[in-house]
Amino acid sequence: MDQFIKEKIKEVKKGDQAAFGDVVSFYQSKIYQHCFRMLGNAHEAEDMAQEAFIRAYVNIHSFDDRRKFSTWLYRIATNLTIDRIRKRKPDYFLDAEIKGAEGLNMYSQLASEERLPGEEVEGLELQRYIHHEISQLPPKYRSIIMLRYLEEFSLQEISEILDIPLGTVKTRIHRGREALRKRLRHV
Amino acid sequence: MDCNRESIELMHKYLDGDLTKPEECGLRTHLETCADCQHHFHELKRTITLIKSAEHFSAPEDFTQKVMKNLPTEKKRVTYKRWFKVHPILTAAALFFILMMGGIFSSWSQDTQLVVSKQDELIIEGDTVIVPEGVTVPGDVLVKNGNLIINGTIDGNVTLVNGELIEENPLEGENLMASAGGVNGEFESVDRVFEWMWYKVKDIFKSVFSF
Repeated sequence: MDQFIKEKIKEVKKGDQAAFGDVVSFYQSKIYQHCFRMLGNAHEAEDMAQEAFIRAYVNIHSFDDRRKFSTWLYRIATNLTIDRIRKRKPDYFLDAEIKGAEGLNMYSQLASEERLPGEEVEGLELQRYIHHEISQLPPKYRSIIMLRYLEEFSLQEISEILDIPLGTVKTRIHRGREALRKRLRHV
Repeated sequence: MDCNRESIELMHKYLDGDLTKPEECGLRTHLETCADCQHHFHELKRTITLIKSAEHFSAPEDFTQKVMKNLPTEKKRVTYKRWFKVHPILTAAALFFILMMGGIFSSWSQDTQLVVSKQDELIIEGDTVIVPEGVTVPGDVLVKNGNLIINGTIDGNVTLVNGELIEENPLEGENLMASAGGVNGEFESVDRVFEWMWYKVKDIFKSVFSF
């Protein structure tokens, strides 16, 4: 598959726009999913994933063929989502913590979202619950946990995607794992 | 508590695949004896399994089409640049052609002086060159930036650049034929830039291939 993508990128660099269509089809769900998990809502996720592909296309000549395309693409997408998270006004989002109520956010205010610890959750319910718990992590831990266990990048690749030292990746993945261990221990 | 912190550190190193053999042995022996750490280790491994089972999401169906529709049409400049990079020889040829054309253009606009081929029989009056009656001019005649009146005969080709052939008796139709018949060769009149260029280019090729 890597070879297929490499060939396509070469064609895109030569000016073949249609070849980029194949690249998008191949990565669309991965990138969309990554953006969705980072941002937590479908509309923003689609916008950012679209933007990531467009930026990749515009800057395709700055991509070094010897490197892995997916690493480069995830880097663009991750930077876009982190920028978006920084820019948005927290008041309007359900994830926002309510002032004076540590650990509580708007989700916990919604009756339908209320869950009891140890509640029996199965199948899709469980998957959704795990997704929600991951999305509750601070972005810097969330991105690493996602890249490592859901998108299966190596720690070295994660360090390249996020442009942070390997040691920092390790520290953050430890903390992310510990935080999720506490959140998921009762499941 | 101390044993906990140290061994938790080792657990994470294990999960990242960074554990050395002796460290791994140490952790294993510790886990066999410490129930707390065993529980912690189990929870961590379970957490990872759980994370991997998180809900999956697929991109909307029209995602690719939307991206393709929103791709910027490439800037012309970028396209040219890339083309130049890919075809260096054609670029050099094009550049050469442009410079050559420039040379021809400037030579067209620069010389406005009357130029006439050297033949003693030709009479020059101002910017008009006359072939007198009853005279035969040998060889080819070139007149640049001037008019030409042919009353006699020219024994060769005539090239008239940026000028006109003047008929002495324009009213008499039969005479026209007679005067034009005074050229025993090809008559060529060049009075537009394009023709001038063509003439020049032909000239250059002629001189190149006559070596």
